[in-house]
Amino acid sequence: MEILQGMTLLFVAVSATGVVLTREPLAQAIMVSFYGIILGILFFVFQAPDVALSQIVVGAVALPLMILLALAKARGHAE
Amino acid sequence: MSRDSRRTLFLVASVGFAALFLWGLAGLPDFGGYDGVYGETLNRVALRQRHATNLVAAVTFDYRGFDTMGEEYILFAAVVGVAILMRAQRDEEEDTPDDDARDRLTPRTSDAVRVLGLGVFGPIVLFGIYVVAHGHLTPGGGFQGGVVLATGVVLVYLAGRYSALRGITPGASAELAEAAGAAGYVGVGLLGLMASGTFLYNWLPFGTTGLLTSAGMIPFINLFVGLEVAGGFVLILTEFLEQTLVVREVDSGGPQGESGRDRS
Repeated sequence: MEILQGMTLLFVAVSATGVVLTREPLAQAIMVSFYGIILGILFFVFQAPDVALSQIVVGAVALPLMILLALAKARGHAE
Repeated sequence: MSRDSRRTLFLVASVGFAALFLWGLAGLPDFGGYDGVYGETLNRVALRQRHATNLVAAVTFDYRGFDTMGEEYILFAAVVGVAILMRAQRDEEEDTPDDDARDRLTPRTSDAVRVLGLGVFGPIVLFGIYVVAHGHLTPGGGFQGGVVLATGVVLVYLAGRYSALRGITPGASAELAEAAGAAGYVGVGLLGLMASGTFLYNWLPFGTTGLLTSAGMIPFINLFVGLEVAGGFVLILTEFLEQTLVVREVDSGGPQGESGRDRS
């Protein structure tokens, strides 16, 4: 169990760094969604299923969706 | 401030922060250690007192139900704020709600996405209702279930068109759901006030542990929170989609056009 927890902690650190290092906004939105799922798994592995469910629906779905919609609107302006 | 003095300031500050941070880390409890009192106490008494197998729900919707009401109204205020920000401005007009409007060349949604979206819509809505209804028994509850329900609505947009989305959320239904959910929470609180003199008092019979009808008022609060959250998220998403697909700036050269260019 502790090996699993250590591995998910490592994955969270790696994917969070990936979000920061991704400079292209569209790719970053996808990356933040992936990071949201990994963070949800972390909460689940640390025995907080309630928080994990909130994290997955908000961090992996709702937040990237709003970023994508805002990007679409911004591109419409730029054209 | 010169470059050198800025660097000195940063170095001094970061050394100080690192020292305090390491000092703080050294004082942390051991991994998995817990020396609070409330958690242990609740683990012992909550199941007996409230007959709710999901202790998190018993805490958030009963023991500290008033705090959760505040949180619900934070979300409510945020959604209202987004709706106000996203309203059609004076220098904008609403276009025909068509994905292919103007120069935006959207490829036709592929058949795979359409079939999958339509096939998954039912199960997702059912799962959302399940998560809301079983909030006091299993992990989940009004907030999580509400967002799941809202993602079902997004699927309709993904698989179909914007007009299909407006079709299943006609007019003010999302606003109505959000307002009814927010008001319902206060209503439950006021019922407790009338029944016993304490706001949000859980006065219903607690029922048999593990059944859908147990835990007194907690399932009702979950239901109202689910309604509020689902309505709020659908409202935010439709406002965003409206901004992206429907609202267009008025072309410059028109009667009100010249002021519109400056502000954008």
